[in-house]
Amino acid sequence: MALRRRRRAGPQLTASLTGGAPGLPAPSQLELDRRAFRTRRSRRSTGVALLSTLVFAVVAYLVVTRSPGWPRVQTTFFSLSAARDAFPDILRGLWLNVQVLVIGGLLVLVLGLGIAVLRTLRGPAFAPLRLLATGYVDLFRGMPLIITLYLVGFGLPALRLQGVPNSPFVLGTLAIVLTYSAYVAEVFRAGIESVHPSQRAAARSLGLTHRQTTRIVVLPQAVRNVTPALLNDFVALQKDVGLISVLGAVDAVRAAQIQVGQTFNFTPYVVAGLLFVLLAVPSARIADGVAARARRRQQTGSVL
Amino acid sequence: MSAVLDVRGVVKSFGENVVLRGVDLSVDEHQVVALIGGSGSGKSTLLRCASLLETVDDGQVLLDGEDVTDPRVDADAVRRRLGVVFQTYNLFPHMTVLDNVVLAPTRVHGRSRSDARDEALALLERIGLADKAGEYPDRLSGGQQQRVAIVRALAVHPRGLLLDEITSALDPELVGEVLRVVREGAAQGMTIVMATHEMGFAKQVADTVCFLDQGVVLESGPPEQVLGDPVEARTRQFLSRIIDAGRL
Ligand SMILES: Nc1ncnc2c1ncn2[C@@H]1O[C@H](COP(=O)(O)OP(=O)(O)OP(=O)(O)O)[C@@H](O)[C@H]1O
Ligand SMILES: [Mg+2]
Repeated sequence: MALRRRRRAGPQLTASLTGGAPGLPAPSQLELDRRAFRTRRSRRSTGVALLSTLVFAVVAYLVVTRSPGWPRVQTTFFSLSAARDAFPDILRGLWLNVQVLVIGGLLVLVLGLGIAVLRTLRGPAFAPLRLLATGYVDLFRGMPLIITLYLVGFGLPALRLQGVPNSPFVLGTLAIVLTYSAYVAEVFRAGIESVHPSQRAAARSLGLTHRQTTRIVVLPQAVRNVTPALLNDFVALQKDVGLISVLGAVDAVRAAQIQVGQTFNFTPYVVAGLLFVLLAVPSARIADGVAARARRRQQTGSVL
Repeated sequence: MSAVLDVRGVVKSFGENVVLRGVDLSVDEHQVVALIGGSGSGKSTLLRCASLLETVDDGQVLLDGEDVTDPRVDADAVRRRLGVVFQTYNLFPHMTVLDNVVLAPTRVHGRSRSDARDEALALLERIGLADKAGEYPDRLSGGQQQRVAIVRALAVHPRGLLLDEITSALDPELVGEVLRVVREGAAQGMTIVMATHEMGFAKQVADTVCFLDQGVVLESGPPEQVLGDPVEARTRQFLSRIIDAGRL
């Protein structure tokens, strides 16, 4: 029988400098060594990663800059002066993209959630609504965005109906919302269906109505489950807002196009492209963070 | 006697909440140790630390004398040597009972499928579930699922078995059949650490009972002593509450 009962000796220090919780003695030498080793190991792997990235970058740089066509490519695509000239116009255009993104994104969320809920309604009374929602999703998810843009952007104004705006900004946003809400509705629906039926049963057994159950119990869990997927769609939306340029809206892409048309230098496209990338990076990192947090949440909990 | 599992001064906190403040516990080969203690006293946390599902903040866990809390140690290799059964059964729902049991022996330990299958069937036979081998877990009762989970852990011939309140999600009638499987394992010389609220069972099966309180093993010893005639006032208090609840 080798069971011991031993309180750890040593002074009871309050919160140690190394980030311990209050009331604990300072970490032992063993623990300090372990921490030092972990730090060293993570430094080493960071170093290896940095080095391999650097090597790759240098090799790629050398291959590209030594290619026979490089001097031509450099002046037509990477001309600093052309970039400087085009930058202010493109940035102004990008502001339009951002507006479409924000307004469109919000509309997509609301519409997508509504359609998803319609599609999950059960019972014959809701059959027409369900059918309508299914048809909507089939239509706009299958239709290439560019064609939806043309149909909405040029077809709607051609009807010359009273009150139909003909600003390419509004029409472009509308087309994007149609397409993306169909996608997002499917994401939401997958989320709703991923909530275990026992959750609904538990809520109904507490006396909540179908509607209350959906709103208070099912939807919050569904939204939580699909947030990473939604953020991914948001990143896709960020670059697709550039497509409103086909309707003539002077956004970043259109502004670049105008410059290219004047100078026959393609650098403005590169500038616009890089600006879109910069716009997407923060959302991509947020998406990563949200996904990581969701993973951690699932892993913790005191059930072993 | 050499200790299979030796926990030395393990400290673990979650943020400000210090759950373990220096736990010592040593489990010899063929020994059954029962961990008791109030809800939130850190029983699960201790078992998670021992199976390397949590990183300790200080102290050591030795498995067969090897310090497994050393970051140089391959945690997967360590976990292969321990069997763990969770409170919720965690059988894989997309596999049959048999596939659940032979998964680790074939995929992790590289045993031949027919070999692993024969042993799995023999194990299932022993717990009276041989006829359920081809069934999917969601068509089994809770007690049956939990017995399969124990067999799944046993199928890799672990050095020790960690059981975390394996009966607390079960009907009283089903508790008996699960505990019978544990008792059999103990009789055959398995080394077992179990967190449990079943004091009666701890009394029957355990060689040692440890009372975990405020982050330390406050009292430990043979079940008759710890459960029957505890030294510490807090142990007495804990037990009297359990007696009041009619669980001893
Ligand atoms: N992943 C975690 N993150 C934060 N706190 C945690 C985590 N896991 C456990 N805790 C906390 O640690 C303490 C001990 O939890 P633990 O699950 O070990 O208790 P327990 O003795 O197993 O209780 P029970 O008998 O109810 O199962 C609790 O206060 C709990 O809130
Ligand atoms: Mg527990």
